[in-house]
Amino acid sequence: MSVQIWTFIFVFLTFGLYVGIAIWSRAGSTSDFYVAGSGVPPLANGMATAADWMSAASFISMAGLISFLGRDGTFYLMGWTGGYVLLALLLAPYLRKFGKFTVPDFIGDRYYSKTARLIAVFCAISISFVYVCGQMQGAGIVFSRFLEVDITTGVIIGMAIVFFYAVMGGMKGITYTQVAQYCVLIFAFMVPAIFISILMTGIPIPQIGFGAQLTEAFGNGYLLDRLDGMSEELGFATYTEGQRSTQDVFFITAALMFGTAGLPHVIIRFFTVPNVRDARRSAGYALVFIAILYTTAPAVAAFARTNLINTVKTSSIRQYRNGFPKWESTNLIVFDEKMMMAASNMSANPEDNELEVNRDIMVLANPEIAGVS
Amino acid sequence: MSDNSAQSYWKSNIRIVLSLLAVWFFISFGCGILLVDVLDNFRIGGFKLGFWIAQQGSIFVFVVLIFVYIHLMDKLDDRYNLETSNNDQTPSPEIETSSEEDAK
Repeated sequence: MSVQIWTFIFVFLTFGLYVGIAIWSRAGSTSDFYVAGSGVPPLANGMATAADWMSAASFISMAGLISFLGRDGTFYLMGWTGGYVLLALLLAPYLRKFGKFTVPDFIGDRYYSKTARLIAVFCAISISFVYVCGQMQGAGIVFSRFLEVDITTGVIIGMAIVFFYAVMGGMKGITYTQVAQYCVLIFAFMVPAIFISILMTGIPIPQIGFGAQLTEAFGNGYLLDRLDGMSEELGFATYTEGQRSTQDVFFITAALMFGTAGLPHVIIRFFTVPNVRDARRSAGYALVFIAILYTTAPAVAAFARTNLINTVKTSSIRQYRNGFPKWESTNLIVFDEKMMMAASNMSANPEDNELEVNRDIMVLANPEIAGVS
Repeated sequence: MSDNSAQSYWKSNIRIVLSLLAVWFFISFGCGILLVDVLDNFRIGGFKLGFWIAQQGSIFVFVVLIFVYIHLMDKLDDRYNLETSNNDQTPSPEIETSSEEDAK
């Protein structure tokens, strides 16, 4: 069977699973619909929170972004996980203690004000709306790659499926689809990461391979040292050094932290557990599940960057191009043959550059670049 | 809960949160951003120390912080006899004098 058929089968099965869960967990009451009857065990809630939290942006785009930003990419890593600490310490337990359904409920009651409540509703909707845009872009990219449709069609397919299971299962349905999604997501993220780590450093744990020596095929030496060296050679910034000023990084990180602590779809998760203790506990589990991906992502970023530069240096752009017909059709990898040379040219200088890789597909194309798939 | 013990419970709660947030700030903003170039002079294996804290270490510390918080708060709740039965909205326990004295 062709890869295409396998892809269809897997995509179909995954969605079958989500819809199945939605049907199994049909919401029967208001409390079921909004907070899953406050009966979600903390471990499951932790997984669901992690999946909600990470979804498309972290899964698809973050490692790619970091691989272009180098050390500056840190503000995403620390910003998002660090904000989680604020959420777990300052918000989650108290909101659960309050015991109603939503944050606007809390604001309205706490400040005895309908206006405050309205403002909170407005904020929650704006945040969710902006957030969904990013997620839908992610869904579009994934579908455009795997089903070979264009991004708009991809977005519509994704939306239809989400709408179906969210309306049907309410919070309980979403919680358990998120648990399933977490398992799918972490598996899909970790397997290529582990293989690439083994391929490049011989160490199966990406977090350790990140700081280990490269295998002979990749030119020995510590991965990060080699990456720094190669980046400088091509005129890019040194990977492990920051390019932005310290105050930029400081305030971007702070903004991401406070923003993260306020994500409405994550906050509402803490209303779904039985009590305050479980709210605290599920916050802890969630961060563990998040950290698995968030500590792997910078490793994947460094592997991808090293790999990309390495491969580009040793094969001609034409050879290289033939390996990526699918990706080229999404316009996310752009080849620009300027020179007929044995080695292709990737350079910080746009006039010499022959290869443009969109940050969003770094993670998805990474196994193909490394030759794992 | 009497006013007194509610107050001292809240005080301990705040103390726990503030000290954990101090560590949080020191590791993330302190070591990961402000002191990162200084720490980069040290190495662990293939990592520069500052770079490692920024991209890996800080996240591990965050996880540990939340679990320390869970542990300390559970202990605090036990000390003040906060029972958290299912679905109670405002835990309003009776404090037994004996357990309060144990705590001191």
